[in-house]
Amino acid sequence: MAENSDTKTDPVFIRIENVTKKFGSFTAVDNVSLDIGRGELFALLGGSGCGKTTLLRMLAGFEAPTSGRIMIDGQDMTGVAPFDRPVNMMFQSYALFPHMSVEKNVGYGLKHENMTDAQRKDRVRELLDMVQLTQFAARKPHQLSGGQRQRVALARALAKSPKVLLLDEPLGALDKKLREQTQFELMNIQDRLGITFIVVTHDQEEAMTLADRIAIMDRGVIRQVGTPTDIYEFPNSRFTADFIGSINLFDGTVAAIKAGKARITAPAAGCALEADTRYGLSTGDKVSVAVRPEKITISRGKPRSTAVNAVQGEVLDLGYFGKDSLYRVKLASGALVRVSKVNDQRLSEADRQVDWEDKVWLSWDARSAIVLPEERP
Amino acid sequence: MSAQDLAADNKAPAATGPGKFARWLNKDGWKRLVTGAPYLWLLVFFLAPFFIVAVISVSAAAYSIPPFTMPASWAALTENVATNFGYLIDDALYYTGYLNSLKIAANSTVLCLLIGYPMAYGIARSSGATRNILLLLIILPFWTSFLLRIYAWMGLLGNNGTINNVLVWLGIINEPIPMMNTEFAVYVGIVYSYLPFMILPLYANLERLDTTLNEAAMDLGSRPFRTFVDITLPLSLPGIIAGSMLVFIPATGEYVIPALLGRADSPMIGRVLFDEFFLNRDWPVASAVAVVLLFLLVVPIMIFNHYNAKAEGVE
Repeated sequence: MAENSDTKTDPVFIRIENVTKKFGSFTAVDNVSLDIGRGELFALLGGSGCGKTTLLRMLAGFEAPTSGRIMIDGQDMTGVAPFDRPVNMMFQSYALFPHMSVEKNVGYGLKHENMTDAQRKDRVRELLDMVQLTQFAARKPHQLSGGQRQRVALARALAKSPKVLLLDEPLGALDKKLREQTQFELMNIQDRLGITFIVVTHDQEEAMTLADRIAIMDRGVIRQVGTPTDIYEFPNSRFTADFIGSINLFDGTVAAIKAGKARITAPAAGCALEADTRYGLSTGDKVSVAVRPEKITISRGKPRSTAVNAVQGEVLDLGYFGKDSLYRVKLASGALVRVSKVNDQRLSEADRQVDWEDKVWLSWDARSAIVLPEERP
Repeated sequence: MSAQDLAADNKAPAATGPGKFARWLNKDGWKRLVTGAPYLWLLVFFLAPFFIVAVISVSAAAYSIPPFTMPASWAALTENVATNFGYLIDDALYYTGYLNSLKIAANSTVLCLLIGYPMAYGIARSSGATRNILLLLIILPFWTSFLLRIYAWMGLLGNNGTINNVLVWLGIINEPIPMMNTEFAVYVGIVYSYLPFMILPLYANLERLDTTLNEAAMDLGSRPFRTFVDITLPLSLPGIIAGSMLVFIPATGEYVIPALLGRADSPMIGRVLFDEFFLNRDWPVASAVAVVLLFLLVVPIMIFNHYNAKAEGVE
């Protein structure tokens, strides 16, 4: 795994060691080990109930691991209460104190710091400047918009300059436009302050754009850790391949292996497949070949070589999304393949090159496909 | 209602359309009827009786049935006011009665708050099934008559009552401790009777509080006690005020508990009122006592409403 490719000065700033959390008979987090570097923007990505929030709450100290331990900056956090941890959290619904003004909310954590009133005031000013809310200092949370509340929550969580900032679905409550803008603000602030951010999210796009590295979680287990590119281009299992973006999967058996390329027979595809492989495979192994829709070329004409990775089918569906189009192509075997094509030319409907019910060729490069070992249950 | 709706209403032909009352109902009559009902209730059962009491309080006492004569002139009215309300100032019985009532009600309210807050907090933080049982236990005493429960306290607190008997039997005391007909007994009765009225609104308030706010405060460095003082306490203020009003107001005018458990020589104002009406049969002075009591209680209600409106503004 390319785990150390992007880590900065300190590769193990936060160490999660064999952490398990059980609620009664339910295992929310199952023997998770993870290292997070100093200054990293790390995302925990997964569907609801995958254990990502429980893991975050254990980092904050609201839940204690059933077994295993968490180290932050070389310090064992076992038995350390939330109010004594060098960690602050931005809550999902922000959890702003409704009876306090923006200023009081942001300054709340500073009450316990050893500083003079003037220093405290300056710090609050500085934070409000950072999130551009200076003129709203006297407002109460209910007098702010969703985006402004999000920024108050961020300023409040950063007030004590924590070593680690935990963000629980930080953009979840914002609409799409605002989310994009806030995403970049978050990244800028993180870059400027150099604080380690751990973001929990169910939104893969959010994780991909925000994070330096992503951990994909499923049913309490981490399925893959890597940079966004790693995760998208080199998924290690059917689960991650399917979870991130959309993908076409052909089940088959390894027929031959030559120079890092595997030749696979996949009845559903109806042709010989060739693909890159990163895992030790041997002939006869059951595998899946994964190809992303945008890596497939769709054409009415026959491609130059039809020896491998070229199949014929009929366009069943066509979705036009403006910048790209999505085709669903039915192969002779009955399998459906999703193909997306960037609309890089301006064409009217009449000039469309590929249309409904057209017989088409689908082809792709061997380097664009990846072989995945069969899922272990 | 939009302008078009109104225009359509005006155009409806009277001859073929429904009756005038039905049309009024369909327009917004139902809304007015429903919102009007509480006002009608207040008018008939609160404002009208108060008006009668107010009139009697400015009448002169007389040996007749009913035992008062209404003032015939402005001069007579002012004279009656001076006589009836003057009594309340001149005779120590009345203002000590008021002060006694206010003191006992205020102390009882504080006691109810001190006992009720932890209970309400505990119930609000307990899990589903336990919570229902605890709430049921709070409401359970209401299933027995209030009067019976006060009589039961007489049986418990008397010199030959259960508590003294047990203590003597255990050898903790030699002589029974006199508890009946003391202020202590009045406090026991009032706190016991009114505690649910403190707990229920407090519970309703505390149960709604978002516990992630407490987590946020802890995350920012506050220990549990600090978190309680900074977050839970201020946010539960509406519940504290509601519960306090529900205890303080009826406790001030309480008659039964001090009459059965209290001392005869320092009566609460409810006792004074009762004696004035039914023993002295001086309806005008009794009415004056009632009017003054009402104003003493309206002030706290207005404070309560003021805070309530403010609290609603926060949410």
